Amino acid sequence: MNALYSLVFVFILVLIPLFGVGAAHLSTIFGICIPMTAIGIFLVFSVVKIIRWGRSPVPFRIPTTAGQQLSYDPEMFKQNKWDNPSNGIQTVIRMILEVCAFRTLFRNTSTSLHETKNGPVVAFASSKWLWLFALLFHYSFLIIVLRHLRLFLEPIPFFVNGLDFMDGILQIGAPVMYMSDLLIVGGLLFLLMRRLVDAKIRYISLVADYFPLFLILGIALSGIWMRYYAKVDVIAIKELTMGLVSLNPHVPSGIDVSFFVHVFLVSVLLMYFPFSKLMHMPGVFMSPTRNMPNDTRFRHHENPWNPDIKPLSYEAYEKDFGPMMAEAGLPLDNPDNAKAPEEA
Amino acid sequence: MSTPSADELFKSIDYNPPASGWMETPVDFSPGNWCYPAKEDKTEYMMNYLPEAFGNPREWSPEDADWKLPSNWREIVMNGFRERLDKYRSLKVFMDICVRCGACADKCHFFIGSGDPKNMPVLRAELMRSIYRGEFTLAGKILTKLTGSRVMEEDVLKEWFIYFYQCTECRRCSLFCPYGIDTAEVTMMARELMHLVGLNINWVLEPVSNCNRTGNHLGIQPHAFKDIVDFMVDDIEEVTGIKVKAPLNEKGHEILFITPSGDVFADPGIYTFMGYLMLFHFLDLDYTMSTYASEGGNFGLFTNSEAMKKLNAKMYNEANRLGCKWILGGECGHMWRVINQYMDTMNGDLQGSQMGLPRSPITGTEFHNAAVTKMVHITEFTADLIKHKKLDLDPSRNDQYKVTFHDSCNPARAMGLLDEPRYVLNHVCNNFYEMPKGTIREETFCCAGGSGLNTEEIMEIRLRGGLPRGNALKYVQDKHGVNMMSCICAIDRATLIPLADYWAPGVEICGVHELVGNALIMPGEQERTMNLRQESLPGFEDEDDDWTPPNM
Ligand code: SF4
Ligand code: SF4
Repeated sequence: MNALYSLVFVFILVLIPLFGVGAAHLSTIFGICIPMTAIGIFLVFSVVKIIRWGRSPVPFRIPTTAGQQLSYDPEMFKQNKWDNPSNGIQTVIRMILEVCAFRTLFRNTSTSLHETKNGPVVAFASSKWLWLFALLFHYSFLIIVLRHLRLFLEPIPFFVNGLDFMDGILQIGAPVMYMSDLLIVGGLLFLLMRRLVDAKIRYISLVADYFPLFLILGIALSGIWMRYYAKVDVIAIKELTMGLVSLNPHVPSGIDVSFFVHVFLVSVLLMYFPFSKLMHMPGVFMSPTRNMPNDTRFRHHENPWNPDIKPLSYEAYEKDFGPMMAEAGLPLDNPDNAKAPEEA
Repeated sequence: MSTPSADELFKSIDYNPPASGWMETPVDFSPGNWCYPAKEDKTEYMMNYLPEAFGNPREWSPEDADWKLPSNWREIVMNGFRERLDKYRSLKVFMDICVRCGACADKCHFFIGSGDPKNMPVLRAELMRSIYRGEFTLAGKILTKLTGSRVMEEDVLKEWFIYFYQCTECRRCSLFCPYGIDTAEVTMMARELMHLVGLNINWVLEPVSNCNRTGNHLGIQPHAFKDIVDFMVDDIEEVTGIKVKAPLNEKGHEILFITPSGDVFADPGIYTFMGYLMLFHFLDLDYTMSTYASEGGNFGLFTNSEAMKKLNAKMYNEANRLGCKWILGGECGHMWRVINQYMDTMNGDLQGSQMGLPRSPITGTEFHNAAVTKMVHITEFTADLIKHKKLDLDPSRNDQYKVTFHDSCNPARAMGLLDEPRYVLNHVCNNFYEMPKGTIREETFCCAGGSGLNTEEIMEIRLRGGLPRGNALKYVQDKHGVNMMSCICAIDRATLIPLADYWAPGVEICGVHELVGNALIMPGEQERTMNLRQESLPGFEDEDDDWTPPNM
């Protein structure tokens, strides 16, 4: 149901620019106003959210330790530096491995139950599919975003050209097919299928989980359509994008409506981003279980709101139990406490 | 209530979620699904000390429709929620960034053994996240159900009570989450909120109030504590012929030794305790124990940070009073989580100037990794002794045991204490076998009774949660004949017994230092014919006749 809602929703989003530009000729609105607003919302609210996270302190160091700690004798017990870091550099490496290689997902397992002749068995098997497709999806997304820089920069930086070349190296078709286009669609379809097929995941999936998948799929497909089928006028588009960048916006004529669909969906994504789970992207850097070293046994860490709470004092304890302690021969600080309260 | 057989229970697990959405699926409040609420006087007692953190003492039962909440419960909970969002970045970030990828879903022992989707860590946290979205985010307020949000109602709070007391705060889920979202942290926050309106369980609150008053969670008063220790000294004498010393509340010693009181009180922890006493006697260690700080475990961790801080502070308080330089800590799980993650931050300022860098008086090793907390784990201490060949050990005295090791969740996943206990074990016994990969070290499975859930009334839930651990144990039992599971946690020593009886009958549970005590050759000892359990050593079986039961 949630998947269907999201699909319908994205269809409606596609219809809006089709109608708006195709029939109502509102190309300035769809080509300039909406994208500019979207970028503004994206930047402002993302920053606001990150600042809001940052405003809450991290009172305690709670890293999850995924390997051997730094021991008193590091030679005898070898520390697992990347999984149980004890200083800043190790922590940074842990984060890099996490952000760039999705290391945690790489180690994902799946649990299954089996009945064998020796009785019940709970089995744990490595499960790397989510890692693989999540990685494919995110990296293709990144490459595609970077490739698009050639529309926004003049001269085009060498690495963008390089990416462009590498991405199209298979030289299939004309214009040459980008591998990232295929991979992102593949990745998205897998992530969607996974949500629909695995009963557990389907159970926890919200509209907010399907919607971004369908939306990004819509963006990818409209991009592919523009490039391979509508064969849009790239020169005109660059004129438009450079206009946006130089804050001298205008919409050249002759741009296919598919471009406006693409841009509109991207705008929706940008506007949706700061209010959604897509904030996991900046959020991963803020996660207190991952971005802190496990060093509280040997380095002081301050809690800015540390409340003033004192333990029940020993004096009160001895008052309470003094007579019994005396009888048992336990030493007392205050000999008076040895007497029962009524004697004292 | 009768518990199903292991086979029946296993067959009843179904990972297919119900047809109705989770918000529409009602919660089962029949007995067996919840722990008994705290007795009124326990809540009252804690309120005397921490009125901000505990509230609403009363007699009530989760079975009744009326939970006797204060009329402004909603306001209290929501204000508490807001306050914690401002105090903890962890909570704020964890509320926002879950992508519901489900990588954590089948990692929780309670889900694995029950199939209840609300035991998937992601959904457990969603119980709280849905309220966060509905009450604190704009999108959630406007789009309500589409974003999976809802508003706070009594049913939601009741659902929290069931499921946040069905999480042992073991952090296994956090290990597998790509963002490190720690559902244990979410559970801790939810429990803090529930304490504000008096939704608590007795098996947590009674220990907390006992720890505050008597110094230990069992409420053992000082004279009784001394009696028990004396009993154990006698038992050691029976086995070894040596009367060990067991100093209590003595001033002027270098080291304060603190261990969970479960080791003093309950079988098989007492054998571990005897192992400590024998080791210290062997070393002629300059140490004392304390009745005032007679609990290593910090049950405050399972209520709120206020109670945790209050109980933890006793350790430094007592070290100062007795003039100790550093603290040696026994085999305890959550004690070490508190020491490693919270202690110095919370109470470092209480350390007296007499305290200093822990240094083993026997080997001279300086424990730089404990430079600020000034607390050393007993397996670190013993491993160091073994390395420096300071102990005379005869591992063959443990030959009747085929031993495996259960990594207790807290030292494993909140600290990374993995190799030290293994090193000790490998020197004190000849037959050591690891359980399968994926169930040990940082991926270890919970005993399903941590965080104050080791109570009888939820035994079926515990046995279900114990399935993954029990099954891994069964595997080494079948394959290698393992008959002893060692661990370094007093809660484990209590909770793993019914678990093993159920899933791998025939396997016994022990602490690491019980095996150390067995293997330790003490100068002047009589010929050992029995181990600390007073069971005959191999070759002395015929002496079984004068076997006396251990005195607990
Ligand atoms: S693994 Fe993390 S992000 Fe994925 S569902 Fe679980 S808590 Fe959420
Ligand atoms: S902390 Fe442990 S018990 Fe709690 S949800 Fe995570 S895996 Fe389950």
